[in-house]
Amino acid sequence: MRKWTRRAFVGAGTIAGGGFLLGVAGFTFAPGRHSLVSADAGAKGQLTTWITITPDNIVTILIPHCEMGQGTPTALAMMAAEELEADWSLVRVQEAPALDAYANGYIIRTAGGNYVPAVLGRGVDYGAYKLAEWFGFQVTGGSTAVRSTGEYGMRVAGAAAKEMLLTAAALQWGVGAAECTAKGSTVTHAASGRSATFGALAHSAAAQKVPTSPALKNPDRFTIRRTSPARLDIPSKVDGSAKYAIDFTTPGMLYAALEIAPVYGGTLISVDTAPAEAMPGVKKVVKLKEAVAVVADSFWRARRALAALKPEFSDAGHGEVSTASIFDAFDKALGAPPEMPKDSAKVVTADYRAPFLAHATMSPMVCTAKVEADRAEVWTGVQDPLNARSVAAKALGISAENVQLTNFLLGGGFGRGLPFNFDYVDLGVRVAKAMSPIPVKTIWTRENDIQHDYYRGAALSRHAGALDANGTPLAAQSNYTGGGNGEAVFMPYAIAGKIAKEKKAAHPIRLGQWRSVLNSQHGFFKESFIDEMAHAAGKDPFEFRRGLLGDQPRFKAALEKAAALSNWGTPLPKGEGRGIAICESFGTIVSEVVHVAVSPEGRLKVLHVYAAVDCGDVVNLDSATAQVEGGIIFALSAALLSEITIAQGRVVEKNFRDYPMIHIADAPKVTTAFIRSDAQYGGLGEPGVPPLAPALVNAIFAATGIRVRELPIKKTPLKTA
Amino acid sequence: MAITLTVNGNAHSLDVEPEMPLLWALRETLGLTGTKFGCGISACGACTVHLDGRAVRSCTLPISAADGKQVITIEGLAQDGRLHQVQQAWIAHQVPQCGYCQSGMIMAVAGLLAQIPHPTDDEIDAGLTNVCRCGTFARVRAAIHQVAGAEGTAS
Repeated sequence: MRKWTRRAFVGAGTIAGGGFLLGVAGFTFAPGRHSLVSADAGAKGQLTTWITITPDNIVTILIPHCEMGQGTPTALAMMAAEELEADWSLVRVQEAPALDAYANGYIIRTAGGNYVPAVLGRGVDYGAYKLAEWFGFQVTGGSTAVRSTGEYGMRVAGAAAKEMLLTAAALQWGVGAAECTAKGSTVTHAASGRSATFGALAHSAAAQKVPTSPALKNPDRFTIRRTSPARLDIPSKVDGSAKYAIDFTTPGMLYAALEIAPVYGGTLISVDTAPAEAMPGVKKVVKLKEAVAVVADSFWRARRALAALKPEFSDAGHGEVSTASIFDAFDKALGAPPEMPKDSAKVVTADYRAPFLAHATMSPMVCTAKVEADRAEVWTGVQDPLNARSVAAKALGISAENVQLTNFLLGGGFGRGLPFNFDYVDLGVRVAKAMSPIPVKTIWTRENDIQHDYYRGAALSRHAGALDANGTPLAAQSNYTGGGNGEAVFMPYAIAGKIAKEKKAAHPIRLGQWRSVLNSQHGFFKESFIDEMAHAAGKDPFEFRRGLLGDQPRFKAALEKAAALSNWGTPLPKGEGRGIAICESFGTIVSEVVHVAVSPEGRLKVLHVYAAVDCGDVVNLDSATAQVEGGIIFALSAALLSEITIAQGRVVEKNFRDYPMIHIADAPKVTTAFIRSDAQYGGLGEPGVPPLAPALVNAIFAATGIRVRELPIKKTPLKTA
Repeated sequence: MAITLTVNGNAHSLDVEPEMPLLWALRETLGLTGTKFGCGISACGACTVHLDGRAVRSCTLPISAADGKQVITIEGLAQDGRLHQVQQAWIAHQVPQCGYCQSGMIMAVAGLLAQIPHPTDDEIDAGLTNVCRCGTFARVRAAIHQVAGAEGTAS
């Protein structure tokens, strides 16, 4: 199997039935170095992105990313179809299979330091992403699909295919290719009035030379991008036909329910399997290193039998760990607040605290596997099918080539399905191995999911800021625990002494990436603190920020846009307030204004959120808007309600009753505006999240004078009467 | 003891434990996987179906409670090949993101509208407690009002 190298290549060939196939590597930083590949390129796994045109004039675009609700496949197909001049109604998408050929190297490249687009410079050290380790993965994460696969892959693939179709038509008609035009999946020669569909030309187009650097459309000629075509996945999501991992079934399949060591790292010491084995439908009790599984002929029976067991697990020596012990260690590691200049007129200090959080994707983790000797089939839902395949292979002690993995729609991702988070695949294949060759579907309960996540890290951040007599900031510094990176701690403001230092305080809680990653904690810290400095300076928090953004025009424009959307500065009734915040993450700048009402008894109602988003440009306007809306609700639910508590080394919360989510009654109106800047595309899956929590606590302060410095907000009484 | 029930117009006789939740009988015994497992404690609503016309959470409802009754799942909401108007509004407003909660959300909304054809925002807030982690609530509300409004002009 070919390894993904820096060499980008484009290739074309015919496929069975006379279709046209074109592939282009994920991006083309070296467009001059290309090579043609043969007609069976797909079978050889040499192409990263595919465009297939069949004689029925249907264009099918293979997408090397998964669908977890962001509309990525639709957006990527739009980018290819735009350059191809395809009729959008004749475009279909298909998710690429889990093969090395589809590895998208972009995020890896970002970390490697080579060929990094300048706009991403600040995000290069994505910290917890451990990007450098991701070589060869097929990831949907880091809000990268449109700005990498789309910009450097899909556009080029579409443009190259169009040129080849034009060439084929010109040859057929004996005219110059430059005299032909493509539009609506048809090539036309205006002078002679001749035309042919892409489908009719596909076969001969495949024989044409692949252009090395096809001309891309000028954005002002876009007809598909910047519009809002319906997402291609939605019809299947309103009639129950969409298939998620939990919906897969295969003849003879059994079901497994799991109990996992409650303390991460703990192992199964003993379990009396007899009570479960005596129950109806039970086939086997499987003992694993860190878990016990009951396999039965229905999931409900498996789960009922599991409840009859009383397994004993070790605590890996972490039985004393608690939320309090972790935050005590954070506090000690931070020490005194950063020292401020001696000539400061005013010094502001504050500590901010962010809890552990679970992803709580709507679909619990599911993995079905059929294991036979040296090979296995796996059916699951992951954000990286290639890494998941490797995890399965490693768990079974077989070669990755012998694992066939089928990926399903994800019932939410938010980072849970990223590489290094595939315990559910690992456990699932080990359970299935014990039942070999019978296929087994292991379904996690919500309790499994909440208690065995890769959590968003808890963090404590200690800030100090100094103002001169005019209220101009002299310094804003912080020490923080819980991890950080250059992008997350970046403050765009013109303040001379801006320093954020990480202090280490290790704990054994298993961590992972949670929508917007480290920006989710640091957005809250830094944008709460600048608000506190504004108030200490006696200035309006919007004007204070604005005055410090003179040399950051994109930030300034986004801030001003959010303020304008919200009618910032106009009077509000008593008990209401507005708060503002602005963060850049994944190349996108988002400013949000939150409008709240707090009753004298302390009942908080979030009325409206206004978001101004500069992600360069948008592909699908409506689904881009949906991503911002969704990010805001996701962040709001966490800011208001969510905390994972640790006691005796284990997670206390179990399900949606004690780890609740907001409902429609709590959901504010959301107004989103996009700013079309000259900047390169930024991500959209995550950047709506970071500014929400600080804008919300800033709004609560404006409404009540109560400064919330700890999330979730429910822990702080907001009573003013 | 067999449980007899009608699901999406088809009569079934199921030989399962009476305490087995309706959800698992639908998904695993009848293969109707559009109804989803989300929490198992009736907290999230992903498993919502209609039992004799009322929205219920099937993950904690013993199948014995459905004995002799009519069950409609997301697969049976469309009539004569025509999507239910809630489903149509869901497409018009591009409501779903990941989509996992949406079968339950649509069934809950269809149930709500059957009880209250023209709900106020407060009635929507009180009557709809399904969890959606993708945060589609604003579109859900807009879609509900569209359906209610369309019904209003039709009647």
